[in-house]
Amino acid sequence: MERFFHPEIECASREEMTAIQNEKLLSQVKHVWENVPYYRKKMEEKGVTPDDIKSIDDMYKLPFLSKADLREAYPYGLLGAPLKDCVRIHSTSGTTGKRVVAFYTQDDIDLWEDCCARALTAAGATEEDVCQVSYGFGLFTGGAGLNGGSHKVGCLTIPMSSGNTERQIMFLRDLSATIICCTPSYAAYLGESMKEMGLTPDQIPLKAGIFGAEAWSEEMRHSIEETLGIKAYDIYGLTELSGPGVSFECSEQTGMHINEDHFLAEIIDPDTGEVLPEGTEGELVFTSLDKKAFPLLRYRTKDICVLSRKKCSCGRTLIKMAKPRGRSDDMLIIRGVNVFPSQIETVLLNNGYQANYQIIIDRINNTDTLDVQVEMTPEMFTDDIGEITARQKALVDGLKSMLGLKAKVTLVAPKSITRSEGKAVRVIDRRKI
Amino acid sequence: MSVKQISIFVENKPGKMFEMTEILAASKINLRGLSLAETEGFGIVRILVDDVYKATTLLKDSGYVNKISKVVLVPLPEDKPGALSEVLGILNEEKININYMYAVNGDDNMTYMVLKVNDSNAAELALEARGIHPGDQEVLTQV
Ligand SMILES: [Zn+2]
Repeated sequence: MERFFHPEIECASREEMTAIQNEKLLSQVKHVWENVPYYRKKMEEKGVTPDDIKSIDDMYKLPFLSKADLREAYPYGLLGAPLKDCVRIHSTSGTTGKRVVAFYTQDDIDLWEDCCARALTAAGATEEDVCQVSYGFGLFTGGAGLNGGSHKVGCLTIPMSSGNTERQIMFLRDLSATIICCTPSYAAYLGESMKEMGLTPDQIPLKAGIFGAEAWSEEMRHSIEETLGIKAYDIYGLTELSGPGVSFECSEQTGMHINEDHFLAEIIDPDTGEVLPEGTEGELVFTSLDKKAFPLLRYRTKDICVLSRKKCSCGRTLIKMAKPRGRSDDMLIIRGVNVFPSQIETVLLNNGYQANYQIIIDRINNTDTLDVQVEMTPEMFTDDIGEITARQKALVDGLKSMLGLKAKVTLVAPKSITRSEGKAVRVIDRRKI
Repeated sequence: MSVKQISIFVENKPGKMFEMTEILAASKINLRGLSLAETEGFGIVRILVDDVYKATTLLKDSGYVNKISKVVLVPLPEDKPGALSEVLGILNEEKININYMYAVNGDDNMTYMVLKVNDSNAAELALEARGIHPGDQEVLTQV
């Protein structure tokens, strides 16, 4: 039987949900107008005041916020509550430019942990479960979010953090963890390591996993489910909005339910900013309806996806978002073609390889080159050099048909590609532009 | 009767072969025969050793993907010109395909041809029937 953490919200009728959203939006716009001069200025420039916003139908009148705004406003420019009311910060990994620092009041933390508790419950967690949180703890939101959610559900929580793989596996086995939360690449790595230690999935009681914080494909899901003997659930979130739990997967696994009582979603045309109708692919934009310390309105995520209100078999009425096709940040442009690393991953898994790869892009004689380095595995190795080169050629062909690009495939030694225990480093771009 | 050969995946980069042979040498594994097949990006090193179990365990622990396969060890008496072509003739008559071959020295001071064929059992039976006795693992393990 399907369980819900907040049934009255998760299964609310459309009218009920709209009423909640309208009420919260009006007070949030007022809060931002009064407390966040940076955004107020943007509204004034657009000639909008809180009086112009009467319901969620007026969303389109509000200005957007982008990652560039967050960097410009660093560190306090978007703060919406006095620092004395703030109890914590989290920060993005900051691969480019300045880090983004997000602030939380105790209420903000509470609602975030509620969102994670809804996700865990959807994955089958109850107070009978033992939940191992193997996301990193610290500035990264993964560990703290799921840890808090797990407490709210009442699971026995193991705040494991990432790293020390053998100890991870020892705890999974000795403390009979039934649920694990970590990045998908780390889940895959744990599965590999378990196999090397001679453990089979039926020797650990794990039944479900919640994996997020990086893009992963359907094929990777199947491979994780098989090696760990679990059902693998996706979770989505952004530090800017709170962290994991903005949306989460249910048993149907056909998209992620957005916690839309807290985070109002829109899809826009990334070029014009125009709001697109439901079912159209575009850039995902979120408005935080409750958060007081870091109240972002119309934040552009750069994630490309589709929203759907189709009835879900789990009983939740929360709107669903498809797995983002890739963050426009992750998107590579190679010889003028858009390439998402997740597409390359799909081809590898379809051809029997594991998702241990690195993409090296370079520019030689003014032409972009794409080299996909793939680790050899015991399963794919044979004494027959012809067969190995034939499989290599099949990969090249698979990439060609998936991407429309000619790529080089280099087979490398096992474990020679650096594995980070948090986010995987998949792309090395050596082009000097 | 046939002999176990270990095939190892190595990247085609400077020093990679040396690294691998160093690991075996450090554990006193006696390399009785070696051949390398390479492509642009990678190679397959095929070795015959005195202790197959020890060598494969060591290679696996050191992160080398490897696989064991059967090869036929055919003695080539020095004082008998045309010995190799006689062997190849026999196999040809029996329609046995040879994938590759290389030479090693056995402990009995004999030169052996290592043959990778599509059907080791058939090859050995055919050779035995003509009075040629393929070598076994003993040839590689006597010290
Ligand atoms: Zn559902």
